[in-house]
Amino acid sequence: MGTGAIIFYSIATIMVVFSFLAVVSQRVLRAAVYLLFALAGAAAVYFMVGYFFLAAVQLIVYAGGIVVLIIFSILLTSHIGEKMQKPDGWKVILTSVVGLGGAALSVFVITNHAFMPQHQKGIEASMATIGEKMLGYGAGGYVLPFEVISILLLAAMVGAIAVAKRNKTNDNG
Amino acid sequence: MDFSYTIWIAILPFLAFAINGLGSEKLPQKTSGWIATVAIGISAFLSYKTAIQYFSSPSRGGIIAFKTTWLRFNGTLHIDLGILLDPISVMMLVVITTVSLMVFVYSMGYMKNERGYDRYFSFLSLFSFSMLGLVVATNLFQMYMFWELVGISSYLLIGFYYDKPSAVAASKKAFIVTRFADLGFLIGILLVSSLTGTFDFGVLTRPEGLGFASAAPFLGLSTITWALLLIFMGGAGKSAMFPLHIWLPDAMEGPTPVSALIHAATMVVAGVFLVARLFPLYTAYAPGALEVVAFVGAFTTLFAAVIACTQYDIKRILAFSTISQIGYMILALGVSGHGGEAGLGYMASLFHLFTHAFFKALLFLGAGAIIHAVHTNDIREMGNLRKHQPITHVLFLIACLAISGIPPFAGFFSKDEVLSATAASHPVYFAIAMGAAALTAFYMFRLYFIVFWGEERAYPNAPKEAPFIMLGPMMVLAVGSAFAGFIPFGHFISSDGVPLATHIHWPVAITSMAMALVGTATAWRFYKSQSGSSEKAAKALGSFHTSAANKFYIDEAYIIITKGVIFKMVSKPLAWIDRNVIDTFMDLLAAITHWASRQVREFQSGQLQKYAFIFIAGVIIIVLSFIYAAR
Amino acid sequence: MVEQVPLHHALIATTLMFFIGVYGFLTRKNLITMLISIEIMLNAVNLNFVFFNIYLFPGTLEGHFFSLFIIAIAAAEAAVAIAIFISLYRNIRSIDVEDANTMKH
Repeated sequence: MGTGAIIFYSIATIMVVFSFLAVVSQRVLRAAVYLLFALAGAAAVYFMVGYFFLAAVQLIVYAGGIVVLIIFSILLTSHIGEKMQKPDGWKVILTSVVGLGGAALSVFVITNHAFMPQHQKGIEASMATIGEKMLGYGAGGYVLPFEVISILLLAAMVGAIAVAKRNKTNDNG
Repeated sequence: MDFSYTIWIAILPFLAFAINGLGSEKLPQKTSGWIATVAIGISAFLSYKTAIQYFSSPSRGGIIAFKTTWLRFNGTLHIDLGILLDPISVMMLVVITTVSLMVFVYSMGYMKNERGYDRYFSFLSLFSFSMLGLVVATNLFQMYMFWELVGISSYLLIGFYYDKPSAVAASKKAFIVTRFADLGFLIGILLVSSLTGTFDFGVLTRPEGLGFASAAPFLGLSTITWALLLIFMGGAGKSAMFPLHIWLPDAMEGPTPVSALIHAATMVVAGVFLVARLFPLYTAYAPGALEVVAFVGAFTTLFAAVIACTQYDIKRILAFSTISQIGYMILALGVSGHGGEAGLGYMASLFHLFTHAFFKALLFLGAGAIIHAVHTNDIREMGNLRKHQPITHVLFLIACLAISGIPPFAGFFSKDEVLSATAASHPVYFAIAMGAAALTAFYMFRLYFIVFWGEERAYPNAPKEAPFIMLGPMMVLAVGSAFAGFIPFGHFISSDGVPLATHIHWPVAITSMAMALVGTATAWRFYKSQSGSSEKAAKALGSFHTSAANKFYIDEAYIIITKGVIFKMVSKPLAWIDRNVIDTFMDLLAAITHWASRQVREFQSGQLQKYAFIFIAGVIIIVLSFIYAAR
Repeated sequence: MVEQVPLHHALIATTLMFFIGVYGFLTRKNLITMLISIEIMLNAVNLNFVFFNIYLFPGTLEGHFFSLFIIAIAAAEAAVAIAIFISLYRNIRSIDVEDANTMKH
């Protein structure tokens, strides 16, 4: 077993454990922090496979932006000190059944599938390549999704402001 | 000969009914009476014209004046409406329209200030229309339809004073009893028509041409006998024969002119008319049924006459008298044969129907005049009325003499024919008929003496003579009661169309006169001379007298059978089943639907996680099915 | 890493993470913890894309870009979701998912 494998397995274990803790934790803020660690683990995996740009974006946007946003909203809406309610027994059972069933199915499919790797020359994910591909309009170019994403982000910004705005008439607020 | 105008005889009263029923609010007061009377008057005139025209020709066959197919189901099954003129229907047209006209004119005086005047005349016109349609029916089904119409008119008129609970109960009783009898009638009609393939009277009254002897017998009697017995059951109900007579005394709750028209002269003789109409079938194929007919008639005659001797309500005495006289008619039909002298009973029965219409209507109208003056029906509260109402007295006396069979009044002649017919048949029937004749004279003169003689009562207002509008019709009817016996009836009507000479059978006639005089004398002794013999006789008869006074407890027996047996044993369990089993089943269906829809409703619970759960579970299942179904 | 760790091991890890996210989404009552579960799911999917890219298609960058765009979209979606939670909190004073059930029968 090479060092790469050891590192990968430990990072994978960390990710799984922390995501599990995030979904069963009884305190909201702790769940958010566990999420942060899980996302950091994912960033570590990206670093490992050489996708540095992606890892950076993961840390900045996901871990930095989204988790911070979540923490803000927790502070705005919840009673932080309180323990949250545990879910009903039957809900846990049903969901566990579905979850485990789905997981088993997927694992089964994955292990029995013969993946056929394409033997191509590996490509270096350097900034120059990423930039060319991102703004390229030939084969393998992503300029269209890039433009569409920018419109989406604009719409999301506007939407978020419109939804969260306090109304002039102020019904319940 | 053109008889097409005869359609107006029935249509005119119907138009009067429609106009009075629908337009009485818009017309000025009291015109409804005139409209109805004029309509029936024109019908009467047309009936006389028809009679003259019909009987002046020597043939006595049936003439179809009008015919139309009302409902056609297939080539052979159809229901027609039409007008059939033959001796008995023309005779009935004359009787019905004449008595109706008298009753209508009388009613204009009797009902003068009553509430519901317009309603009264419209119902009365409806009745006239129904009865006229019944007698001219060309086929059994048309007769049945008008039979039921007559039943409805009777119901409406008996219950005319609808705020009186006793009147409402009486109208229901009449309708239910006759409707029950009509069930037998309907089954009989269906049997006859399925055996012979037709409803038409023209075919049914020529039974030589019908071939149905091959029908399998049931319980020892042939099917045709059963059918004719059931038809007779319908007739017995309408004509108030024992044991279906219970409705007629109660029907006296209606206004008195109604009792005169419907329950004396016309509707109650519909049963007699029915048997007479189907008489060729009875004589040719079901002589056993005729024996039953005769027995029922005989029993009823005596039974009703005995009860009439003990009653104190003037209208009830007359009601039981009607039942008894119709018993005579039925008895005469029952003992009759077909053709020639054997058919004497048939002719006698219809002759008695004819004369009875006159004197019974006169008796009822007279009773109405008395009640109108004295304001009570109970004869114990009346007395010495001949001083107060002389004309009514004379007319009533004429009617009493007629019904008792004292010559030269009409009843003598017709009763003589009836008695001769029974003498020719069976001595027991003859004895019963004689006994009933004696009793008739007795109870009629008992009524006469108590009301018109005897000591003066304390009347609240002094009874006045009836107004001319009421006396006029009574006088016309008195003329009929007096002289109708001289008509050579057999010349017009006989069982086979061949004129039958009507003559007085002297042995029978003398015996009947003797009986009538005995009855009258007994009544004189008991009631005119105030000797107290009536109370002694009543005590001597003891319990027989009390049961007769209680109408032999027949009504109570009916109550026991219906309430005690049928309601308790049959209706209650059925009602329990209906409420608990059937309704519960229905409720269960509804509850299941309710529960199921509740469950389906939960699909839209508004809970996000439930939706997501189903989503994910569904995806997993679909993937599974794709992977493994593809194998 | 490609030579040392078999693909299906990596995929099993991401699968577990995904179904943990599913479990959390269906079980949790607090809306924000539900959002956290969604982020976990998205993260697992991202990892999946990257693994497929480096194991099966080393000559292209498709998976890389997919993940990039998914991160952008997830950010937009989280922002709008938080805005909705805040607006909901203002109206019904609770961020319990079972209290937001007026769109029902």
